[in-house]
Amino acid sequence: MRIATLLLAALLLLPGCSSGQWGWYVVNPATASGMTNLKFLLGGVYYTVLLTLTGILISVVVGLLVALPGLSKIRPLRVASRGYVEAVRAVPILVLILWVYYGLPQLTGFAISVFWAGVIALALSDSAFEAEIFRAGIQSIGKGQYEAAHTISLGYGATMRYVILPQAIRRILPALGNQLVYMLKMSSLVSVIGMQELTRKANELVVVEYRPLEIYTVLVLEYLVLILVVSAGVRWLERRMRADERG
Amino acid sequence: MYGNETKTIIRFENVSKFFGDFQVLRNIDFEIRIQERIVVCGPSGSGKSTLIRCINGLENHQHGNLVVDGVTLDGSSQTVNRIRGKIGMVFQGFNLFPHLTVIQNLTLGPMRARKMKAKEALELGMHYLERVHIPEQASKYPRELSGGQQQRVAIARSLCMEPKIMLFDEPTSALDAEMINEVLEVMVELAQSGMTMVCVTHEMGFAREVADRIAFMDAGEIVECSPPNKFFTAPDSERCQQFLDKILHHEDD
Repeated sequence: MRIATLLLAALLLLPGCSSGQWGWYVVNPATASGMTNLKFLLGGVYYTVLLTLTGILISVVVGLLVALPGLSKIRPLRVASRGYVEAVRAVPILVLILWVYYGLPQLTGFAISVFWAGVIALALSDSAFEAEIFRAGIQSIGKGQYEAAHTISLGYGATMRYVILPQAIRRILPALGNQLVYMLKMSSLVSVIGMQELTRKANELVVVEYRPLEIYTVLVLEYLVLILVVSAGVRWLERRMRADERG
Repeated sequence: MYGNETKTIIRFENVSKFFGDFQVLRNIDFEIRIQERIVVCGPSGSGKSTLIRCINGLENHQHGNLVVDGVTLDGSSQTVNRIRGKIGMVFQGFNLFPHLTVIQNLTLGPMRARKMKAKEALELGMHYLERVHIPEQASKYPRELSGGQQQRVAIARSLCMEPKIMLFDEPTSALDAEMINEVLEVMVELAQSGMTMVCVTHEMGFAREVADRIAFMDAGEIVECSPPNKFFTAPDSERCQQFLDKILHHEDD
């Protein structure tokens, strides 16, 4: 938070020492029009957050479902998992967004909403990375844990759910937090298909007001604040889980 | 009593196992009867651990027959699943679940595999925690306990599955000297309660006290298998005598 405040202060001081290029009136909450503009920009928070949370939820589930067969003894399952990761990881997110929104309906015959096209593209793209993170986390758990689970008669599902994953997730939590931040930033790309999230709102206001410097500066700060909130949340979760083990 | 089929609970018939080209078990013929206490010893790499790990399906053998509690193990998960719940195992490295408390370690199997209610499982867990003399540690996490306490929790965790057979794979080898006795004490009590036990250990004092038979393994074979009296005083094989000279001499140091 301190960083954000410093940055904001620096930006606000800048106009004093430059040649008057800044025009903060455009988002000045003290004026009626500035307030309207600011509210318009902040109106994008809802969809940015919704896109990110829905996206990360789906991508974690898909990532896990891809990672588990990747650790199987059965070769075709491993190959399928590997293939998914390599293929999906190779597609740029922007391309995937365009493909899902404009291309997929031609294939399926069903139109897809902007929101779901965005969520699917973000989630698919991220799931390949989640799969790799889960794989690394699960592989870091020693053989002895599986053997102990074997001797108390736990099946594969119960072993994963109660023994392996709780330990793996603790270890990969920082990496998962990274992916959440990444997803939050990448959600800005969904603006290209017309999703009314933060970036789209800013673009639209810039077209009307011709003040890209101030408006995009506000946009930068909006992302910064959201990401600092996410970081704080992840750190809190890490602390809580460590405390958990100490009892 | 010997050769009485109904009393045999584990039977190896000409069992062999390979790790790649290396043969770890060579034509093992071995019978263990209900309530028998077997100690398996021998130099490292002789196949002791592999032998007992075959009994509960942690390893699969390639040749011969292995029958455990009436089930012929053929390497399939179906046969293994029928017997593994009846066989408890204690590992050298404890293998407790670090993210669960002691009592949660104990109740996981009963609740998730035996489908017991939480309350029943808790009572069962506390019962066995008392049997290993550490009921007061129930809500601690494994890392807060000493090695000896952790190993006793591991024994209690296995007992919560109410097994017919208990396997011990060098249960005291990872422990500091002063903690070995508290674990052996619990194992002696277990032996006295009539549990069928197969222990890989070099604790010869324990072997002398509780073993019905001591098996000596070398290079994948059971070279010698006899009651403690004979084993320690007049073993048949020279290899066994040499091994005993080494470890008993070491114990006197």
